[in-house]
Amino acid sequence: MSVIGARERRVEDRPLLIGAGVFVADLNRADQIHMRVVRSPLAFGRLLEIDIEDAAAQPGVVAIWTAADLGDLGPIDFRMTRIEGMEPYRQWCLARDYVRYVGDPVAVVFAETAQRAEDAAELVFCDIDEQDPHLDARAEPVAFAPDVSPELMSEPAVLQKAVGDVDAAFGQAAHEVAIEVRVGRHTGVPLETRGALAVPGEGGTVTMYGAAKVPHYNRGQIARMLGLPLDAVQLSEGHVGGGFGIRGELYPEDVLVCRAALAFGRPVKWIEDRREHLIAANHSRDQAYRLRAAVDPEGRVLGLDAQFFTDQGAYVRTHGATVSDLSAALLPGPYLIPAYRVRGHVRLTNKTPAGTYRAPGRYESTFARERLMDAIAARLGLDRAEVRQRNLVPESQMPFRRGLDALGTDVVYDSGRFHDLLERLCAHVSWDDLQERLAGRRKAGERVGVGLGYFVEKSGLGPDDLVRISVLPENGIRIVTGAASIGQGIETAMAQICADTLGTGLNGIDVVHGQTALIEKGMGAFATRATVMTGSATKMAADALIERALDVAATLLQAERASLSYADGTVHHAASERTLTLSEIAAAWDGGLGAEATFVSDHMTYPYGIHLAQVRVDPATCGVEIERFVVAYDIGRAVNPTLVEGQIVGAAAQGIGGALYEEFVYDEAGQPLAASFADYLMPTAQEVPAIETIVREDAPSPINPLGVKGAGEAGINAVGAAIASAVDDALERPGLVRQLPVTPQRLHAWLQE
Amino acid sequence: MSDRHDITLRVNGATHHVNVEPRYSLADTLRDACGLTGTHLGCEHGVCGACTVLIDGRATRSCLVFAVQVEGSEIETVEGLAEPDGTLHPLQQAFWEHHGLQCGFCTPGFLMLALGALRENPDMDDEELRDLIASNLCRCTGYQNILTAVRAAADMMRAKAQPAPNP
Repeated sequence: MSVIGARERRVEDRPLLIGAGVFVADLNRADQIHMRVVRSPLAFGRLLEIDIEDAAAQPGVVAIWTAADLGDLGPIDFRMTRIEGMEPYRQWCLARDYVRYVGDPVAVVFAETAQRAEDAAELVFCDIDEQDPHLDARAEPVAFAPDVSPELMSEPAVLQKAVGDVDAAFGQAAHEVAIEVRVGRHTGVPLETRGALAVPGEGGTVTMYGAAKVPHYNRGQIARMLGLPLDAVQLSEGHVGGGFGIRGELYPEDVLVCRAALAFGRPVKWIEDRREHLIAANHSRDQAYRLRAAVDPEGRVLGLDAQFFTDQGAYVRTHGATVSDLSAALLPGPYLIPAYRVRGHVRLTNKTPAGTYRAPGRYESTFARERLMDAIAARLGLDRAEVRQRNLVPESQMPFRRGLDALGTDVVYDSGRFHDLLERLCAHVSWDDLQERLAGRRKAGERVGVGLGYFVEKSGLGPDDLVRISVLPENGIRIVTGAASIGQGIETAMAQICADTLGTGLNGIDVVHGQTALIEKGMGAFATRATVMTGSATKMAADALIERALDVAATLLQAERASLSYADGTVHHAASERTLTLSEIAAAWDGGLGAEATFVSDHMTYPYGIHLAQVRVDPATCGVEIERFVVAYDIGRAVNPTLVEGQIVGAAAQGIGGALYEEFVYDEAGQPLAASFADYLMPTAQEVPAIETIVREDAPSPINPLGVKGAGEAGINAVGAAIASAVDDALERPGLVRQLPVTPQRLHAWLQE
Repeated sequence: MSDRHDITLRVNGATHHVNVEPRYSLADTLRDACGLTGTHLGCEHGVCGACTVLIDGRATRSCLVFAVQVEGSEIETVEGLAEPDGTLHPLQQAFWEHHGLQCGFCTPGFLMLALGALRENPDMDDEELRDLIASNLCRCTGYQNILTAVRAAADMMRAKAQPAPNP
């Protein structure tokens, strides 16, 4: 039986269930000291002086650093989507000249205990000449650091992409439909805050525990920033309490703990508290869109003219222009839209810097595009499913070349049956009957409605992934990969792919990840890449292992290679009826049995799906209750359907948070008003309905050996779009919802218009 | 802040003599002084529930309790849930069977929350369970599989507690 596709229980669960997980805060080393970050209390101002005298005199304080103590330590560089001219907007490890957001690190205190460090940090006094903060990314850009570089404005980049003749499309159009919409500022908020433990080793080396997401990349950056050879820095990943895009990027604190461990010759531990996390770790979303569509008499979009603004916060962090790039490239989504032009403004404000969050640039652009499709449907009097059906890319045009690039790769939808999935979803919910039933309930006085959002995801970002598989003589298989685990179940998925190829069971397959000391390269886990990239490399390495086993067995058995066959973990020599298991071969052969493979991919793979929301609005409170939520998604091939569904349902819950509850609000002075879980409202089991999933395997990917596409971001992509559509429908006011989250206050205000 | 206290804590049936400042939370003390790091801190302000433990049988946020307050109480943490031979508790087994965890950071809190509640009322209906599970935050699962797991565990625990029906 195929192990791929089986609903195996996860191999990684046992330690997590019995309290034996090893998260970074669980690690301690003898003689360790603790770091506490002193953060700016103001949103914007000239940093005049930092008085550390009282703090330094506190018992247990080892040292206090400000920017002046960091010598020539450079800023944090871009990991992705570097655009010429963005370099001056990078963040220093500790603020110099200016503080640019509440939470900007200005000093670090090192002390014998975490409590002492925190006590002393409260005594560090920052003399800041406060200036008016810039808080609206849509407003005219202002000077980034007025006294230091007056010419540097708060617009680091403008992205432009275009395909087809947009002006001609508007010339031919029967209708012109325009909307302006916004997505609020929210982010991943993993349950485990960030943290790190840097341990100095022999000869000026350092190992940092608490790595996540991209350990190999971060290792290289830390080594470069500290002026160390690569071999002097190792990163080690333990259990990681959720990623979602924000965790594991290189932050100032990672560099500072490593530098301090080397400077003091003692282990240095830093664990972030929740308030810090909410003001210091990457925010995301926060985009405003202006869309204008040229539409033919049947509702087909001939051209799309788009402009958007991304509020990137105070600095440009590791993601560079990634969010804006993905927004611009994937805004047209599943629709043909032959002519398209977009200008994406990357703007800075005095808020926490922003990066990626699960489905970056797609949650936002899907919301905007699907609001537009609803607006077109309303203008032309078309059914909302019908207008989408008329615009979808037909199967006959697959692979579909958009004529744009995303993350430096051409956007080519590798496979897809877009119409088929829409038909299946409509059949599943009986779309026409459902609308009728809801209309009946509305007539009876209820405010109920249904909405749709269609999306194209992307997954499997290259360029490559290396996997090594070795067979242990004592009967086990070890997979070593440079991928990372952020709780998504990568060990189980890789073990299943390996077991499927080798014809063995899952037992005894050990998956090692996130250890820079054990494998020289690795891309980590982001952009829903692991199952596609690492999974394909695992498949290829397992295939190579079988070939290697046959080679070695031929020598061991003194038989013709061609006379041997392999099945279920064993090499057979039919003529002599002799067999050798993989572990027997490994034990008998000097040097053991192992193989490796690298999977290379120039193109991402593009899964797709539809979200459907049915909501009820309470007219008294303007609260929105989700009665039903369906996700239809074509994943190409599911390695483990239970894990795929788990990813979809979990992501949908996060999407509901961003659609209805979660928002980083700032006051006029730039003070964050959502810096605790009492104010930043994440959904609980009461707010998340049972999510129905329809996982299809109708369009396997032709560009990897498994046919897989990723699962990580499918559940979140169109949640905002679908809920907005459903709220409009419930209130019989097309276009009412133009901003997320749809909070009761906002909905109440719209209803007064 | 220099005054420290010698206190004795009873955790999972074992005795721990620890020396703490009065301001140390029970969570910090369990983790740092008792070495029981299965209790996790997700917010330290009593919202997320990752640090939930049982104090004299009642599910409690251990980040909102000082260690010096619970001398003489019986404390239970996730480390005490499985059998000494490693056999998983029905709640742990059900979380595994029903994919009730992803990153696993919030899991100990949910397990202890459910354990305390099911001991008090083994017959919780689905609505009561949802209400209970809404006490804690999970950022990975969307709660669906946690609800399924706790339902399954509750049924299993009730079946175990009752004598087999007469043939």
